[in-house]
Order: sequence, then structure tokens, then C-alpha cells
Amino acid sequence: MSECPVCGGEVEISADPVEGELLECAECGVELEILGLDPLTLGEAPDAEEDWGE
Amino acid sequence: MISVSIAGASGYAGGELLRLLLGHGDAEVRQITSERFAGRFAQRVHPNLRGRTRLRFSTLADLTECDVLFLCLPHGESSRRIDDFRRLGGRVIDLGADFRLRDPAEYERFYGGPHPRPDLLGSFVYGIAELGRDALVRADLVACAGCNATAAILGLHPLYRAGVADSAVIEVKVGSSEAGNRSTPGSHHPERSGAMRSYKPTGHRHLAEIRAALGGDIHFSATSVEMVRGVLATCHVFVNRDLDDKALWRIYRSAYAGEPFVRLVKERSGIHRYPDPHLLGGSNYCDVGFERDPLANRVVVMSAIDNLMKGAAGQAVQAFNVMHGLPETRGLEFPGLHPA
Repeated sequence: MSECPVCGGEVEISADPVEGELLECAECGVELEILGLDPLTLGEAPDAEEDWGE
Repeated sequence: MISVSIAGASGYAGGELLRLLLGHGDAEVRQITSERFAGRFAQRVHPNLRGRTRLRFSTLADLTECDVLFLCLPHGESSRRIDDFRRLGGRVIDLGADFRLRDPAEYERFYGGPHPRPDLLGSFVYGIAELGRDALVRADLVACAGCNATAAILGLHPLYRAGVADSAVIEVKVGSSEAGNRSTPGSHHPERSGAMRSYKPTGHRHLAEIRAALGGDIHFSATSVEMVRGVLATCHVFVNRDLDDKALWRIYRSAYAGEPFVRLVKERSGIHRYPDPHLLGGSNYCDVGFERDPLANRVVVMSAIDNLMKGAAGQAVQAFNVMHGLPETRGLEFPGLHPA
């Protein structure tokens, strides 16, 4: 378990977390990204960006 | 089995209560009353109960003893007959407004006349379980809260409990079933359909309950909208300190951790980010969400219920469960429909 950086809720982490892995907070619904593993750090995942075909 | 009867079972709240109690498992419905429909089968008035019961309506005069007597009567009837009802039911759960207030002066101010039984006002326990269960466990007399009051109180209670609220302005949008099953000029279809009608901008009776439960500087307005069931309370709360999102989450979580019928709804994405009464039809949930105003010391709290469930019959059954040491969700597990 880790703490959601947005709402402070508990976020379930898989047994083998991977940097860059995307997670969802069950309480506030925010999409999170694992930014680091040692220590485990979560941040808000960036919104999907539109590349306008470039 | 706990024997129960419903006095005034032909209205919408009485019908919902009958539906819940028929499927409860620990309650046996002995009698249902209606002066207007005495002798008729319940399904005559509540067609959704066809095939679920062979009960017929009797009159109030025909009521016999039971363990718990539920009252879903027109305003004033409970207080007029309360001595008879107490003799019939070991415990009484009143869904009406007669005994919600403890202060006779407040009752007179909001209801336009003196209370006929002020001696009993202090004997009833207010029926919102989330405000405290100890008194309900011991209670023989319970007064369920008004539907709008329930939505507002559950939305605001955490902020008042935490001492961060200075004042609040509540605006509720309500469905047509709040007005009961008797037609009026205002409920005539051409008048009610599509309505967005400010029907009580000030002076609503439920404000007295809200102030009694929370204290403080609170204001209330009500608007009828195009909906059959449901209340959405939008509460503008002026807070006395800076609160970020995490602090608000902490306040609400600490108030409602483990509560079976209060859900915090505040999503960052998707189409259901905040409470929506449309999703709660038939359920006993109260969904509560909030958003802080980055430009002011204001928190907007949104609270949604089904007025006939958490705002009436569901609340009564929840109180019944607490009073009898039963699992609080007994008979109240339905989560609502989607799409509705």
C-alpha cells in the first residue's frame, strides 16, 4: 500500500512494481504513475497528450 | 422475528417502508393502515408489491400490539395519537416531522403553532445513525430526519464536527415525490413537468432540524426540479482556515470511515465526478463530494440521496437495525441502478 498524493487514500501497489507503471486511486479516481522505486514514489500521471499527427 | 406494523402505509414513504420490511428477513409485517384504502390489498396502492404480500390495509383503530410501530402519517397525526401508538408498539419510529425538534420555541417558529405535546419532544432520538448510534440503541422513540435535512446534515456534519465551518448556505434540488402522493395544482403534469421552481427560498421547516443538528449560521433554499426521486444538496460552506484537498479528505474520511451508507464521491475524471441522486434511486446511500474554491475560503459540498430511502424509509430501517443490534445494512443492500 502507498498513499495517494492527491487525496491521501491508500493505493494498492503490485508485488513487483515497475517504474512508469500506471495506477488508479480507488478513492479519488486519479491516475497515478510510479515515479521511483527506492523509495516508492507516486505522482499524478500526465494527461495523454495529443501530438496532432506530428 | 420482530413484529412490525406501519401506520399510514399508503403514501410513498410508507410504500417504500413496506417494500423494505417485506424483504428484511428479521421483521414480520403484521399490519398496514390507511384510512382511505382500508380493506384493499397493498398492491392496489403499491403495484410494485404485487405478488410480494397479501396484506390489506386496515384502519388506525384496528391496530393491535407489535414490537415496533412505524408512523408515516400526515403532519400532526403522530403527536395527536402518540399515547395510543406508544401503548401499541413497544418502540415507535416516526417518519414524520412531529417530533424532530427538541425545542418547542423552534417548533412554533417553523411550524406556525405550539407543539401539542411539548412534554415528549425530549424523548425522541433523531434518526440519523451517522450522528451517533448509542442513543438509537437505547431508544424507544425515534424521529427520522426530513429528507432535505438528511442530505444537508450528512454533507456538512464532518466540517462542523471538525470546527472549520463558519457559515453555510444550502440549496437543495428536489424531486416531485417529496410532495407526497396527493395531487395539488402544483403537481398537475403540465405545471410540474419540466419544473425548475423555487418553492421555498427561505423559511423551510427542515432548516430548523439542520441548525439543531449542526449549530451555527446556516441558511437554506429549496428548488423543485424535473425528477421523481432524489435530493441534491449543494452547500456553500465558508470555512475559517485554509484547507487543501488532502485536509478535506482527512476530515471527511475521519467522519465517515466505516460508515456503510455514506460514500465519498470526488473523482478527478469521468462523467460521475460528484454525487448524483439519479444513481441512487432505491438505495440507502448518501453520496457526499466536495470541492474547495481556490479563490475564496469556500468549500462546495454536494450531497445526494433518494428522498424516499435515506431520506425516509431507508433511514427508518437503518435505525430499526441499529436499535435491534442487527447488521446495519440488513434489508438495505440494493445499490441503485445504472443506467437509471
